[in-house]
Amino acid sequence: MKKFKKKVSSEPKIPTASLPDIIFLLLIFFMVTTVLKRYTGLQVALPSAEAIEKLESRRHISYIWIGPGGRISIDDKIVTKDRINLVGALMYDKRSADPQLVVSLKIDKEVEMQNVTGIHEQLRRADALRVNYATLFRKTN
Amino acid sequence: MLVEKRKTPDAEIPTSSLADIVFLLLIFFLVTTTINTDKGISLQLPASGQTKTVPKKNLCNLLINDFGDVLLQGEPIQVPYIQNEIRKRVQENPNLIISIKTGKKTAYGIFIQVMDQLKLAEAKRISIAEPES
Repeated sequence: MKKFKKKVSSEPKIPTASLPDIIFLLLIFFMVTTVLKRYTGLQVALPSAEAIEKLESRRHISYIWIGPGGRISIDDKIVTKDRINLVGALMYDKRSADPQLVVSLKIDKEVEMQNVTGIHEQLRRADALRVNYATLFRKTN
Repeated sequence: MLVEKRKTPDAEIPTSSLADIVFLLLIFFLVTTTINTDKGISLQLPASGQTKTVPKKNLCNLLINDFGDVLLQGEPIQVPYIQNEIRKRVQENPNLIISIKTGKKTAYGIFIQVMDQLKLAEAKRISIAEPES
């Protein structure tokens, strides 16, 4: 009988030399996609709706908050009702800087509509016509 | 005289901890990245100073008063029924423009509920009229 040669068992090793490269790649991906939260805004209870759409890119979104009582906040600055023209001026600058601007309106569900239409008017004046009413998702049936 | 040649140690940057450092950065960005996207009802506002006259047959008035009661073409309607009613009307007349008019003190929540119904009914042409004083 022939003798079998003993196989030389090499120690199993996972190659770790390329590990930093892989992690670097992941890191760069997350660095590029991260948009850090810029503004805190106001505490609002958003309404819920069913037929909602996702907004694609956070980079082109600008937020306007309207809290209960009609307090307006843009970029963490409170805009009082008698100086609502500021909204138009601010949004005009933003719209000029970014033609793809989408304005996300985070409005409390108890807010009276006269405040909302005031904002509409300002946005129209600023030519920032793409709006999105921020809502929560709720399936009705 | 014999000078002993000094042994120069190989200059090396230690790279064994590189993976750890990069991992740390990775975890930081993983944690700070918010995946949740902004969701809501999108609408295109008309440009400023742009008023169009619309033939009456292409117009569907939807009135919401301060108490949240809804009138569709003069008839009271419950909010959950708006969807079917509007869908029927849009199918009959694809050019139909739905004009929403609210009271000054109408709650925004009701307005969104109505907008939601219109979006569910796949109404594309929605206009928001100024509130009545």
